[in-house]
Amino acid sequence: MATESKLMTMREAISRHLPSGSMVLLGAQLEQMIPFAAGHEMIRQSRRDLTLVGPISDILFDQMIGAGCVSRVMAAWIGNVSAGVGYCFRRAVERNVPRRLDVVDYSNFTMAMALHAGALGVPFLPTYATLGSDLLKKNGNLREFSSPVSEEKLVAVRALRPDVAILHVQRSDAQGNAHIWGSLGVAVDGARAARKIILVAEEIVGPEVIASDPNRTLVPGFLVAGVVHEPGGAHPSPVQGYYGRDHAFFSQYHEQTRRLEDFEDWLAHWVVHVTDRQEYWKQLGAGRVESLAVKQHAYSAPADFGY
Amino acid sequence: MTARSEANLAARGYTFSELMVAAAAREIGDGELVFVGMRLPMLAFLVARRTHAPGAVGLFENGVIRETPATELLYTMGDSANLRGATQCGEMTSVMGLLQQGRVDAGFLGAAEVDRFGNLNTTWGYRNKETQRLPGSGGACDIACLARRTVVMLVHDRGRLCDRVGHITSPGFGTGNGWRRAQGLPQASGPSAIITTLGVLRFGHDGEAYLASVHPGVSVEEVLANTGWTLRVADELVETPAPTDIELRVTRELDPHHFWTR
Repeated sequence: MATESKLMTMREAISRHLPSGSMVLLGAQLEQMIPFAAGHEMIRQSRRDLTLVGPISDILFDQMIGAGCVSRVMAAWIGNVSAGVGYCFRRAVERNVPRRLDVVDYSNFTMAMALHAGALGVPFLPTYATLGSDLLKKNGNLREFSSPVSEEKLVAVRALRPDVAILHVQRSDAQGNAHIWGSLGVAVDGARAARKIILVAEEIVGPEVIASDPNRTLVPGFLVAGVVHEPGGAHPSPVQGYYGRDHAFFSQYHEQTRRLEDFEDWLAHWVVHVTDRQEYWKQLGAGRVESLAVKQHAYSAPADFGY
Repeated sequence: MTARSEANLAARGYTFSELMVAAAAREIGDGELVFVGMRLPMLAFLVARRTHAPGAVGLFENGVIRETPATELLYTMGDSANLRGATQCGEMTSVMGLLQQGRVDAGFLGAAEVDRFGNLNTTWGYRNKETQRLPGSGGACDIACLARRTVVMLVHDRGRLCDRVGHITSPGFGTGNGWRRAQGLPQASGPSAIITTLGVLRFGHDGEAYLASVHPGVSVEEVLANTGWTLRVADELVETPAPTDIELRVTRELDPHHFWTR
């Protein structure tokens, strides 16, 4: 059991572990390591009625909303971080295109607290954040209460337990013990709050590599349902030590999705008619892939676990 | 670049955005902990670090803490250049925890709308008589609630500086003095300045904004005509100091093609 491999293809991971109607956490590391490849596979497998959970998730949420996969989004910020608004998100909220979208607005901190509560196994956690805001008035998962230990008002942030968290990681072993570095955002809380984890890894390594640096093991394999080896799976978002952020891709997405028919062309070109990530990578072109590659490695000093 | 800012660049040697960056940089004290954000505030933080505030520390919502700023233009706080050489790459709750403890001196925010009491809206836009859904809070509401001082940066027009925001994404002084305390917000918190393309607004004890300085070449009348409420003017109104050579040099080193400072 302990040594059973959890390696599977992306197609298999989504097909087995992510049915329509799921609540799924994406983009836990904020602008870093967004699992675009997984989102695209959900679009290809025509998932419907998903609830998307995450602090920002950049343009992945916009794409999945535009593709009609989503009935509800629980997030702090939905758009295109370097270019501005997300047009699919706007069409869905303002005109119910392609379908009605229920939006539950969080702030980044209250989203983090909701997942932290889920990770700790408690029904809520208190914070001062959102007091006085309309987020508090409109989001039913944020409730004002009087502190039982001091004369203060606080906000109870209801715990969130996503059905699935999809995390992009630098390296994992076949059992799902994984190393992540860079900005962590809500990845650690999100992984523990979720009922199931799917990992998407740039590299698959032996368990001895993971065990050589256990402080970097942010996801223990026993929580993981599936490990997908998918190099380049986070493009156009960056993966520290593997590739940089493709800023132009975000600007182009902004320009190419302003009108509904243009978004449909974009989706056909980059997602629907692309069989898998290898083909996507080919379509991106060698020159572009080369331009995103690491130009100057910056290895951390090794930590001595000897005794 | 707009026609107006091009004219400004030709006549004065800097753009409005560059002036705003310099003004924002001066809001950061040496040794302070600052929630930086992106775009102009990011540049302001870098300028402050290289000039009067070499000991300022930058905090980012993704969990990154930096004592030495990144040396290239950032498009997002998660860019590789913002992670390499960071003091810490941690979790969101750890940096937000510092904010909630009251240890973060200043936070910078943008907005679609700000009102006379410094309340911010980044959830709904009201342009051309259409209601537009905007991206939402991100960490703005958290910063507005919990940072000791909040500095807002935005373009100055009647639509953006309005009497009352349509939606309070991030609370300022609500309806005036005493409101924040009544909501339960920390005592040492709230907006301290609004830096616009025309001037700098600050807040009186009653929680209402007033015009504290106008940018070079801008008249008080122009500011008042572009503000959606009857804006009070400071008795000792000053001119916003123009960016210094070093402030401009640092800004342009980091944003040579005016990607953010149009």
